[in-house]
Amino acid sequence: MDARRLTAMANQIGAFFRAQGEAAAVAGVEDHLRRFWDPRMRREIVAHLNAGGEGLTPAVRAAVARLAFGSGGMK
Amino acid sequence: MNAMSLIQETDLGTPPAAGEASVTLTIDGREVSVPEGTSVMRAAALAGIDIPKLCATDTLAAFGSCRLCLVEIAGRGGTPASCTTPVAGGMAVSTTGERLERLRHGVMELYLSDHPVGEIKGAVGQAARRAGVERVRYGVFAACHAGAATDESNPYFAFDPAACIVCSRCVRACDEVQGTFALTIAGRGFDSRVSASQEEPILGSECVSCGACVQACPTDALIEKSVRAAGLPERSVITTCAYCGVGCAFEAQLVGDEVVRMTPWKDGKANHGHSCVKGRFAWDYATHRERILRPLVRDAIGDPWREVSWDEAIAFAAGRLKSITAAHGRGAVGAITSSRCTNEETYLVQKLARAALHTNNVDTCARVCHSPTGYGLKAAFGTSAGTQDFDSVDHADVVLVIGANPTDAHPVFASRMKRRLRAGAKLIVVDPRAIDLVRSPHIEAAHHLALKPGTNVALLNALAHVVVTEGLVDEAFVRERCDLAAFQAWAAFVADEVNSPRTVEGVCGVPAAELRAAARLYATGGNGAIYYGLGVTEHSQGTTTVMAIANLAMATGNLGRPGVGVNPLRGQNNVQGACDMGSFPHELTGYRHISEEPVRRLFESLWGVTLDPEPGLRIPNMIDAALDGSFRGLYVQGEDILQSDPNSRHMAAGLSAMECVIVQDLFLNETASYAHVFLPGSTFLEKDGTYTNAERRIQRVRKVMEPRNGLADWEITERLSNALGYPMNYAHPSEIMVEIAAVTPTFAGVSYERLDALGSIQWPCNDAAPEGTPVMHIDRFARGAGEFILTEYVPTDERTGPRFPMLLTTGRVLSQYNVGAQTRRTENVVWHPEDRLEIHPHDAEHRGIADGAWVKLASREGETSLRALITPRVSPGVVYTTFHHPGTQANVVTTELSDWATNCPEYKVTAVQVTLSNGPTEWQTTAEAQNRLARRIAPIPAE
Repeated sequence: MDARRLTAMANQIGAFFRAQGEAAAVAGVEDHLRRFWDPRMRREIVAHLNAGGEGLTPAVRAAVARLAFGSGGMK
Repeated sequence: MNAMSLIQETDLGTPPAAGEASVTLTIDGREVSVPEGTSVMRAAALAGIDIPKLCATDTLAAFGSCRLCLVEIAGRGGTPASCTTPVAGGMAVSTTGERLERLRHGVMELYLSDHPVGEIKGAVGQAARRAGVERVRYGVFAACHAGAATDESNPYFAFDPAACIVCSRCVRACDEVQGTFALTIAGRGFDSRVSASQEEPILGSECVSCGACVQACPTDALIEKSVRAAGLPERSVITTCAYCGVGCAFEAQLVGDEVVRMTPWKDGKANHGHSCVKGRFAWDYATHRERILRPLVRDAIGDPWREVSWDEAIAFAAGRLKSITAAHGRGAVGAITSSRCTNEETYLVQKLARAALHTNNVDTCARVCHSPTGYGLKAAFGTSAGTQDFDSVDHADVVLVIGANPTDAHPVFASRMKRRLRAGAKLIVVDPRAIDLVRSPHIEAAHHLALKPGTNVALLNALAHVVVTEGLVDEAFVRERCDLAAFQAWAAFVADEVNSPRTVEGVCGVPAAELRAAARLYATGGNGAIYYGLGVTEHSQGTTTVMAIANLAMATGNLGRPGVGVNPLRGQNNVQGACDMGSFPHELTGYRHISEEPVRRLFESLWGVTLDPEPGLRIPNMIDAALDGSFRGLYVQGEDILQSDPNSRHMAAGLSAMECVIVQDLFLNETASYAHVFLPGSTFLEKDGTYTNAERRIQRVRKVMEPRNGLADWEITERLSNALGYPMNYAHPSEIMVEIAAVTPTFAGVSYERLDALGSIQWPCNDAAPEGTPVMHIDRFARGAGEFILTEYVPTDERTGPRFPMLLTTGRVLSQYNVGAQTRRTENVVWHPEDRLEIHPHDAEHRGIADGAWVKLASREGETSLRALITPRVSPGVVYTTFHHPGTQANVVTTELSDWATNCPEYKVTAVQVTLSNGPTEWQTTAEAQNRLARRIAPIPAE
């Protein structure tokens, strides 16, 4: 799937959680991606991060990194 | 209820009284106890005594005009009208006697003296026979209306002034029930006559064709043309309308198997006997010549269709889906359920996806309308649903309508709302457009906050800022009912200067003083009720807006009792139900996340399969995945995603990339042009089931006639599942509801037997609420403490600029419904033959655009052409259109931007340019030609 589109969607999620402070935002984005994104979308955003993560905002970058290494994230 | 005879509704003459005290009186020697304020007529009717009447009916306030309902009351002089005389303790009433009979006889003679000769029909005939009138002393045709021409202008009903007794029931129905005030009585004395607007033909008047006048007419002066053509009905069946989320109950009246009339059912708890032009009249699409009645298949979308048997079509569809999953895995296929279909049908489609296709790639058309409602209200309150019943509006003191246009999209509820507003409730409208509610007969909004599209969150934060900084918070409610820490964080957030009206004025374009005044009114004006629609949800911050609404309601204590609440007005008939039934890819029925193991285990043990714990693809994700080759097969029940979803070019490319698209619908819709299998669907008249309306009310849909296509939609899904190798063997939708109740705690007490007994049920319905729940969150929120959520305003990425300087927003009109598949195939096209682009006079003048001129509407995504409608209803810089006609191709222009939480498309904000054009664009012309090709059906070869 188009990495630019996934990046934009992920950043939108990050923008919502921004008001809650950085730590909560990272956790919020990660939780949202796990609960609402199909595994192939999560795989592709992780792949995008691994390829440099162009365009990802800092909190989203951190959340996607946790997706990659967190428990139960990837299949 | 599934009556084989015509149902006779009881008319108690006057509406019920609100009095709590009981009053006891005697009528014709019978002792009767009724609430204080009840009319003598109604009290008599409740005691089984039928007082003659013509101008009285229990849906309208007493009028006291016809003088037939006279009675005698011991100790009182004269013969008062029983409809306008309230009961009193100890009153002794006589409804019969020589004096009364003589008076009634005289009254009827006068009526008949101005009535056509021949058979006297309807209530007048009955009253005349009952009064024993055999001869009229004054002759007939005395200064009567016999020469007046019948008004045939309305496509659905006619008005014959000669048969009219000028009882004013139609005028009062238009005023009191519908609230349009289109009818009046012109002239004086014998010259009195019913007049539409300024004595105009009904079609050209302000009439909205709701049918309330026809329903109220006691003489058949106003009569449905369908009844005139087919004769009086012989039998009737109570069912539920298949149009908007109000969910009006109707009595389908038939001659044989032909529907001749749909009359609104007085006992329907959503509509209380009222209707709109769609539900009342626009039902003959069911027999439209373009309806497809035999299954179709083709190998490639460039081929003509081949008519095949059901067995062949089902085998073809199942074979293709199985091939795809064998080659590409279970993630390569999915399904879309429909908010137009029944609960039972949507439940089966999501079950087919999860249990037969072994995927959570299932979504519903609610994705593109109210998915943010589900997410936002669940986060704030714990339940993905509106908090009130419709009757609640009768107790509202301040009504805040945001991003909704109820008079067009939810007309029957709008009439209820308007009645309350005429009675004194205050109105705040938040909308870029001056919708009808802003100023209509006897109603004027206290505040119309005409904000710039895309700034809902900023505006709501500003209202909250005023509530918090001016000490208007309901502290007791917040302390008792909400999470205090979350409240304090939220209060600090909204109190920030960035959310002040002074700052927000520059963002949303609404003067700070107006924002402050509206906030004060909502917070201090008594019961404050919020009603919202797609103008809230269809934004990149749709979910945030829903949360901001919930915050505002909690902070002001406007939850948990009648008259208040947060009320999403659902677009389609079963949006609520489709969401309840587990149609979203991340959750099972009752909004339980697919990752919850105990929930999965419950379904797994019942269905005998292992469920995937991961969420599946949403509709826009499916299309994206189709373009990268990882999604190849789709089963779409009752939705036209090509016409209704955003960015049509992208959608068309995604559909073209799939190996198997199965469309189940009534007509070869736009999506079907990209399909390989077409399974002809059934209409709501042809099947059993239930719909759940915007107030969580579950109502029965009853089969009125056999399905013309041969199968009800649930039977088609069942066959497809069986062909896929997962057995489904329901004999009737009631068995599906038994299963739904067994796996869904909020539906635990729902069954067809209970629905028949109670008429309808609002969920939750279980041991704790055996008769359902009209108002939610009374003592505590479903999630426990109400959750305040920080709602930072984040501007949409869609920005105006030199190339695209205006903002496009989209919506509906009264006479049409969504993509128009049904209403375009009825006489409703008389009112809306084409979509127009509304543009402000200043913008039109600047561009040299005349009213009715062809204009090109261009965005970053595409361009389309349509004709302009110049109107000050839209603000300068904003244009508006509808998407009821496929030729308009409005969604060629809309973008793929969507809500952050749910991917609900941002239909309401598209940066555009408007210029003069010569006619349809190349895309429109090409699309029309392609559709003609795609709809070819090969002739059946000779044996």
